[in-house]
Amino acid sequence: MKLDWVSGRVELTHGGGGRAMARLVDELFKSAFSNPLLDAGNDQATFTVPAGRMVMTTDGYVIHPLFFPGGDIGSLAVHGTVNDVAMGGARPLYLSAGFILEEGFPLADLKRIVASMAAASAEAGVPIVTGDTKVVERGKADGVFITTAGIGVVYDGVEVSSDRARPGDVIIVSGTIGDHGVAILSVREGLEFDSEIRSDSMALHRLVETMVQVAPGLRVLRDPTRGGVAATLNELAQASAVGMELDEAALPIRPQVRGACELLGLDPLYVANEGKLLCICPPEDADRLLAAMRAHPQGQDAAIIGQVVADDHRFVTMATSFGGRRVVDWLAGEQLPRIC
Amino acid sequence: MKYVDEYRDGARAREIAAVIGAEVQPGRRYNIMDFCGGHTHSIARFGLEDLLPPSVRLIHGPGCPVCVLPTGRIDSAIELARRPDVILCSYGDMLRVPGSGRDSLLKAKADGAAVRIVYSTLDALKVARQNPDKTVVFFAIGFETTTPPSALALLQAHAEGLENFALFCNHVMTPPAMRAILTSEERVPLEGVIGPGHVSVITGSQVYQPFAEQWQLPIVISGFEPLDLLQAILMLVRQVNNGRAEVENQYARALQQDGNPKARQVIEQVFTLRPSFEWRGFGALPDSALSIRPEFAAFDAEARFALPYRSVPDHKACACAEIVRGLKRPQDCRIFGTACTPDHPVGSCMVSSEGACAAHWAYGRFRDQQQGAAQ
Repeated sequence: MKLDWVSGRVELTHGGGGRAMARLVDELFKSAFSNPLLDAGNDQATFTVPAGRMVMTTDGYVIHPLFFPGGDIGSLAVHGTVNDVAMGGARPLYLSAGFILEEGFPLADLKRIVASMAAASAEAGVPIVTGDTKVVERGKADGVFITTAGIGVVYDGVEVSSDRARPGDVIIVSGTIGDHGVAILSVREGLEFDSEIRSDSMALHRLVETMVQVAPGLRVLRDPTRGGVAATLNELAQASAVGMELDEAALPIRPQVRGACELLGLDPLYVANEGKLLCICPPEDADRLLAAMRAHPQGQDAAIIGQVVADDHRFVTMATSFGGRRVVDWLAGEQLPRIC
Repeated sequence: MKYVDEYRDGARAREIAAVIGAEVQPGRRYNIMDFCGGHTHSIARFGLEDLLPPSVRLIHGPGCPVCVLPTGRIDSAIELARRPDVILCSYGDMLRVPGSGRDSLLKAKADGAAVRIVYSTLDALKVARQNPDKTVVFFAIGFETTTPPSALALLQAHAEGLENFALFCNHVMTPPAMRAILTSEERVPLEGVIGPGHVSVITGSQVYQPFAEQWQLPIVISGFEPLDLLQAILMLVRQVNNGRAEVENQYARALQQDGNPKARQVIEQVFTLRPSFEWRGFGALPDSALSIRPEFAAFDAEARFALPYRSVPDHKACACAEIVRGLKRPQDCRIFGTACTPDHPVGSCMVSSEGACAAHWAYGRFRDQQQGAAQ
C-alpha cells in the first residue's frame, strides 16, 4: 500500500518487519539520509577507524513540543549528539538514529522531522550510517522519540575532561545564553507568548576544531544544555574539586531573553542551551582562544564569564552587576514560573 | 532592560546605602521585617544585606504563600488529586511541598494521580473545558495578589455553566498575619516593617494604618527591585530617627492609596471570611482567610467533596514555624542544608523560591561558610 504523506498516520504495521515497514524505511529514512554506508543496506555500518583515541556517546530526545522556533526534534537529535562528541575534543565521524514512533503519529510530521534531521546531518558533514525504527501502540509514547549515538576521533594532543579545571583557569562561554529554553517556553502549552527568540540549536564541532587548534591545552569543554550554565558549572566544580566565580555583567544574554525570564521569574543561568559551549582553559590561553572564537561564525558573542578558584566547598558564586555576591546553585526540580 | 535596570543600578545602590550608613544613630537598633516573600527573594538574590550597616537587621516575614500553608491543607490537595474522578491543577511550587508521611503532589503524580501544573487560573478553566468527564479542581493559594484571578475564574466558570470546575480555596489575608506577629507572646522586636507591594496594589495602603497607630510601628510599602528596597529601608530609618510611625508608600509607581477597588469588589462577590484557618507557624487564626460564598458552593471543592480538615503537626526538627514568624533565621534551623535541602525539602520554607530557607540556600549560604571559617 502506498504511504499517504499528506494525511496518513503511523500504523503498527510500519514497525512490524513486513512490507509496510520496508516501504517506510525506503521511502523515508533511506532516501533522506542516503550515504554509501547506509545505502549498503545492512543492519550495521562497517567502516575503517582512524588511528587515535575515539569517543562514543548517545542521547535520547523526548522533547515537547516537537517543533519550536529555530528547530525541531530532528535537528536537535543531530546537533545534540554531534556536540556531545565534539565536547570530548573530538571530530565527529558518524551517527546512528533510532526512532520510536507512536501509532497514529502524522506521517507528514514524521517526514518533516526526518527532512530536518537529514539537513542537519548534511550541514554538519556527519552522516547517519545506521538506524532502527519501532512503532508502539497509541498512548505508549509521545509522538516520536529519537535516540542518536555518535562516534568521533579526538584531535591529536587534546585532552579535555570535566575533572581538569584548576584554580586560576578562565571560563569562557561561546555566545548568548538561554535562547533555546526561552524559545521552547514561548510555544509551550499554557505559556504561549509572542517572541522573536529562536532556539540556538546548532552543531558546534567546527568551532571546537578551531579552538583546539589555537589552544590545544584547553582543559574542559561542555555544552550547557539541561539545567543551563548554572548546572553545568556546578557539575564541573564538583568533578574538579574547585570553586568558580562568575561575573554577572560579563554574561552574554539577549535583551529579549532577559525580558522574558524577568517576566516569568526565571533565571537565564538555568535555562537550556543547544548551540553553546562552555570552555575552561589555562589563563595564558584565554585571550588567544577568545579572539579565535569571536572570529568564528559560531562564537561571535563569546565572552570570558569568570574564573576557577580554590574552594573546598566547591561553590559556584557570582559577583552581581548590582555589587553583591551570591551562590549560583544547582537547580532544584524544574525551573518554574513564579506564582506572584 | 528598560524600567528594570534603572532599579538595579549598583552605583546608585551604594549611594543610598552610604546615606543609610550615615543616618543610623549609634546605640539604636533597626530591626526591620521584610514581610513579603518577594522581598525576601530580592534581598537574597541581590545580596542587599552586604550593603547595610550592622545595626540594620532584616528579618524575613510570613509573606510567602507556599510557606504559610499548613501540612493539613497539602494533605487535602493530595487526597483530591488521588481521586480518579479529579484533575488537580496547581501552581508548580506546590508540587514539591511535603505532606504527611513524605507524600507530596509530585509523588501522587508519579503514582498516576492527574496533577497538572498551570501558570494561571485561565489554564485551569481550559483543562476543565477539555475534560468534561472529570472534575477539575484548581488548588487556589496565596494572599490578596492571587485572590482576584481565582475569583474571576470561578465567575467565568459560573457564567459558562462549566459545572466540572471547582476551586480548593486556601486564600489568606495579610493584615491578620501582621496582627498575629505583633500580638504574639514571643514577639520578635521590630522597629519597622517593609510592607508588601503587590498585595497593597490590591488592598491599598490604608489597611496598615491601624498597625502604625496601635503599635507605633513605621511601615513603608515597597517595590521589589533592590533600589526600591534600599529606599524603603532608608525611609524606615528616618521614621525611627524622627520618632514617626506612619504608613509611607515607596512603591508610588504601582500603588495608589486606595488600591484596586475593582479587584476587591470581585473578591467580595465570590469569597467570604472564613471563621478560622490554620497557618503554618501561627496555628488557627480567626478571620484570616477566605472561603467561597454559599451561593457558589457548586464550585467549592471543599463542599463538593466534603473534605474534612485534619491539622497535622510539622516535622519535629523543622523550624519553619519559627522562621515564618521571624523568630529564627534559616541558618538557625538544625536541619537546614543537611536533612532539608531544595532537593529534599522537609519544610515549606525550603520549597518556594520566596521562602526564607530556599532564598538563603540558593543565594546566601556561602556566607555561613565564610563566617564559620572566620570563627
